[in-house]
Amino acid sequence: MCLGIPGRITEITDPARLMAMVDISGVRREVSLACIAKPDLQELIGEWALIHVGFAMSLIDAEEAAKTLEALRSLGEAQETLESMAETQIALEGRG
Amino acid sequence: MKYVEEFRDPAAAKTVLAAIAQITDALKATADAPLRIMEICGGHTHAIFRYGLERLTPPGIEFIHGPGCPVCVLPMSRIDECVEIAERDEVIFCSFGDAMRVPGTGKSLMQAKADGADIRMVYSPLDALEIARRNPDREIVFFGLGFETTTPSTALSIQQATRENLRNFSVFCNHITVPPPIKALLDDPHMQLDGFVGPGHVSMVIGTHPYDFIAQDYGKPIVVAGFEPLDLLQSVLMVLQQIRDGRAEVENQYARVVPEDGNAVSLAAIADVYEPRPSFEWRGLGEIEESGLRIRSAYRAFDAEEKFAVGYGAGPRQSSEPEGCACGQVMTGRIKPTDCAQYGTGCTPELPLGALMVSSEGACAAYYQYGAVYEAAE
Repeated sequence: MCLGIPGRITEITDPARLMAMVDISGVRREVSLACIAKPDLQELIGEWALIHVGFAMSLIDAEEAAKTLEALRSLGEAQETLESMAETQIALEGRG
Repeated sequence: MKYVEEFRDPAAAKTVLAAIAQITDALKATADAPLRIMEICGGHTHAIFRYGLERLTPPGIEFIHGPGCPVCVLPMSRIDECVEIAERDEVIFCSFGDAMRVPGTGKSLMQAKADGADIRMVYSPLDALEIARRNPDREIVFFGLGFETTTPSTALSIQQATRENLRNFSVFCNHITVPPPIKALLDDPHMQLDGFVGPGHVSMVIGTHPYDFIAQDYGKPIVVAGFEPLDLLQSVLMVLQQIRDGRAEVENQYARVVPEDGNAVSLAAIADVYEPRPSFEWRGLGEIEESGLRIRSAYRAFDAEEKFAVGYGAGPRQSSEPEGCACGQVMTGRIKPTDCAQYGTGCTPELPLGALMVSSEGACAAYYQYGAVYEAAE
């Protein structure tokens, strides 16, 4: 749980709350851009960021994103994160 | 070198390994008198085992696995306090999945959930905020856990709850900080360490300056490292080069992600919402001064310890570890996981007795998971 996972910012969903949709290994998830926000949030669309527990923590380049994802996959951490993002849907709906 | 072929760039790894071997040799470090290098972060511990770095590096280098797994250093009493809060009728208790199986003196959160408590596994504190919005008649408590990488997420969530006046949301704060336990280990006369591999993603938040004391006051090298196996090998080499040259500096091998001054927004949010506790208990290490954070009084409405009168707010606390559990000795590098009498028998990843067996970032779980591979390679 201490490792961030690379995600690509695809859409600004709530500019007031600095929220955006990111694509993390094919899974869509809304995250906060508070830690990397710029005056014009639209400039962040298409950028890669390290996402940690729902917050984009640092912008990274595409090559770093690919290398980090590969390292996380080989540690099993990427799968763990994706599972926990699926688990959270159950929690939100109160079925857990 | 079976494992090197798995690396992204085996040729580069072999070059670094050769340089490591050469310096280790020149420094006359041997299995009997090794250079002891502590990797602080649990993610690094996991990577070291996954890639067999202990076997690829010379016997003259010993990795000491540091206290950098927040789930593993959480004392049992804190889990008991979680269960106490979670079992209240009005509460929906939200936790990261990692913490669910950590044993308390009574039950784990997983057991409490099976017994009927409304405990939900979430990916982010933002999800707990959303549960609070959807359930105005319930009390939503988020189990705030983790080092500086995770701390900004709960700080920013508490700020958001304040803006929305979400009074049914609170955080049970167990955030801890990396530098104090390192200082405690360096002050321990039984602990002989020659250098450190510093955490990557924690440093992305706090930068590299909080480690200055390691070099300046204790004369030990530290190199902040990334998570790829080659990152780790390069960082070990940088530590060895410092030792060879008689230098003690804070170096940043992971500058592509870690800015020297950290992340300003995160640091501001942490400083706004949290303050150091006088002391905080670490499993295996005991109470360490100013090593944990609590919620400032300005945000006390969102502090679950205040709201439900548990934990440090409720008076004297007792700490206890399960009988026969040697997590504390493993965590301080005094013994290896396999030296513990419970290892693999009374304590397994399926039924953990001690916390180091719970998380994949714990040294015992890493030994257990990759131990079979090691034996096969011998």
